[in-house]
Amino acid sequence: MAENPISVQDVADGLRSVGYLPGEETALVSFLATKLGKPVLVEGPAGVGKTELAKALSKYLGRELIRLQCYEGLDEAKALYEWNYRKQLLRIQTESGEAGWDQVQDDIFGESFLLSRPLLSAIASPQPVVLLIDEIDKTDQEFEAMLLELLSDFQITIPELGRIEARTHPVVLLTSNNSRELTEALKRRCLYLWLDYPELQHELEIVRMHVPELPATVGAKLVEVVAMVRELDLKKAPSIAESIDWARALLLLGAREIDENVFRETLSVIVKHRTDLDLVAERVGVKLAPASAG
Amino acid sequence: MPAARPSQGEHPQPAVTSFDGQLLAFAEDLRAEGMAVGTSEMLDAFSALRHIRWRSAQEFKQTLAATIAKSPDDRRTFELVFERFFFRAAEAQAVRLAVSESQTRPGGEEMDLEELRRQIARALQEGSESELLDLARLAIAAFGKGEGSGVLGVDVQRIRRALGLRTEPQPDLPSDDPRRDGLPREQLRRFEQQLRRELERALIERTQALPPKRPLTDLDRALPGGPVQDLAAVHRVVAQLRRRLATQGRELRGHSRHAHVDVRATMRASLQTGGVPVDLRFRPRRPRRPEIFVLCDVSTSVTSASTFFLSVLHALHDVFRKQRSFVFIERISEVTEIFRRERDFRTAAEAVSRDAGVADISGYTDYGRVWTEFLAEIEDELHPRATVIVLGDARTNGRPPREDVFAAIAAKAGRTFWLNPEPRLYWNYGDSVISVYEQYCQAFECWRTDQLEDFVRALTKPQGS
Repeated sequence: MAENPISVQDVADGLRSVGYLPGEETALVSFLATKLGKPVLVEGPAGVGKTELAKALSKYLGRELIRLQCYEGLDEAKALYEWNYRKQLLRIQTESGEAGWDQVQDDIFGESFLLSRPLLSAIASPQPVVLLIDEIDKTDQEFEAMLLELLSDFQITIPELGRIEARTHPVVLLTSNNSRELTEALKRRCLYLWLDYPELQHELEIVRMHVPELPATVGAKLVEVVAMVRELDLKKAPSIAESIDWARALLLLGAREIDENVFRETLSVIVKHRTDLDLVAERVGVKLAPASAG
Repeated sequence: MPAARPSQGEHPQPAVTSFDGQLLAFAEDLRAEGMAVGTSEMLDAFSALRHIRWRSAQEFKQTLAATIAKSPDDRRTFELVFERFFFRAAEAQAVRLAVSESQTRPGGEEMDLEELRRQIARALQEGSESELLDLARLAIAAFGKGEGSGVLGVDVQRIRRALGLRTEPQPDLPSDDPRRDGLPREQLRRFEQQLRRELERALIERTQALPPKRPLTDLDRALPGGPVQDLAAVHRVVAQLRRRLATQGRELRGHSRHAHVDVRATMRASLQTGGVPVDLRFRPRRPRRPEIFVLCDVSTSVTSASTFFLSVLHALHDVFRKQRSFVFIERISEVTEIFRRERDFRTAAEAVSRDAGVADISGYTDYGRVWTEFLAEIEDELHPRATVIVLGDARTNGRPPREDVFAAIAAKAGRTFWLNPEPRLYWNYGDSVISVYEQYCQAFECWRTDQLEDFVRALTKPQGS
């Protein structure tokens, strides 16, 4: 079922229905992305659900999700397309002698010798898709420049074949952890969404949505503690997914309350560096009620 | 903030410029504050606005932000300019249409002032936005009547003091008073903003004219809570910096002649040429990292900045293996080992303050002595490829600056940088003698994180270019 939202509220409800609780701005920008057909650049700290948003959008819009994970050294051959050299060689060898040069040349640069990589697949797909370009800040500037053509005109130029234009308009999300300043040219072509850690109330809703069996008091305490932990200067702050994991762990343990003891025992679910563990135990642990005698 | 809503209910008079014009004026305002707003972005904004409901001020603002302000810094500028612009636009409209608010403020006399103080403090602690706005009005009615000093900032501070609102704890208050444990800084700042806005509104209503527009200052733009106090923000930037430095190999790569062939990559590339390795692929060369000597002032005049400096120092240590660090007040003390040993910044900072033993009697910096000691310590190690970085405010407390010794250091080292935590405005005022040293080194002002980035760019730029 392909959805075509007509208002921001539609998008908010839709994302909610597939298990993603969007903030106001998230829903608005997602809505604009579907309406304007512009790519969205999503920035924010790690673990606030940037990638999840793309997954949720694809689920809600009923479109396939095509994901391109970026890393240092990613090049066109792995992102766009590559000629299938082995197949081309085989073709040349089997036909050598009989066919003339021109014919072979026409043959081996045809679409059947093209290995399409995520970006080309997204463009060429007959059904509209959601394209996620994850952690764009990990690539170098040259790669960004290459993306420009794709992002503004939704087309790719392959020298041997000519221009391939998008048959359908994909919804494009680019995520960045802001480890590098992206170029102006790229930003200019995108809508911008800044995702931050959610407010207490919002996070509580998210946790309750994923772990509905958790007692209300525990949930409220949990998001409070997580917020306190995020305030500290840690190597890695707990993400939303980790809050949810923690809620599950507490549920399994049958905790009725988060006291010092429970906190110490389950701390490793949300904090994952040894130095961080000490710091959190020292700063946050003492603020909790001491373990009840029972 | 109902007044900031752009789509006023009234039908615009002929004199009022069109809404499109207003939006373009807003963009012009943003550009004046240094944001790069392109025409294409304005077009995006217009087409995006076509798709949203206009009744919600929040939605309107977020739509503009998504299409125009595309980095956290720009977001902050955008927020400030948005507030200012639409506040002024709405007020200008009100003046033009001669709308004035119905005066239903209760008289100050009947109000229980002590009760009001408590109410405000409680609202601050609980952080309820709408309540704060009402209370700000009440506070102005009670404390800010008539005798305005003409300067809004002064009035705001006067009212704040009259209310007894402070961030630090006030233990002499009764235990049930919410002000006893101190108020959250961020909340207090917001309250002050609301006071200012209300005062400004009242002023406009009285004078029937808009005051001149106040351009944003660097301090407005800097992160809330001041440039260097916000330690977490500093750490975020430093962490980013570290990553950036680590991946900046490309520019730092030297020009050594020999290189190792990467067999795997070459074979892979040879597929393009039918298995003949025409195109040799090489292993990346290690970037050349310069040798660095850092001198960091930890005296009281730079207390607020020294945490910032120490964390920069810490980050640099991770990247440059050949680095020696010294801290100084009156004399110098080497802390290289501490930073090398401690991977965690917090413990490192503690260790520095505990064991560094910056033998100081007065707690005042003595630059002359520092240079002499530094030169004696590392004279033999300085060479043209070494880089010396000084972190300090160049305030000599009236002692001789001994720029001759500093010049000798700078002459021996390849490059010398100075990071000054004070805004350039204050340089060379009072006992600051930065200009004396500046002739021998490159001096940077460094109290915002983006200035730090400027410095890093200069530092990692290949030598000789």
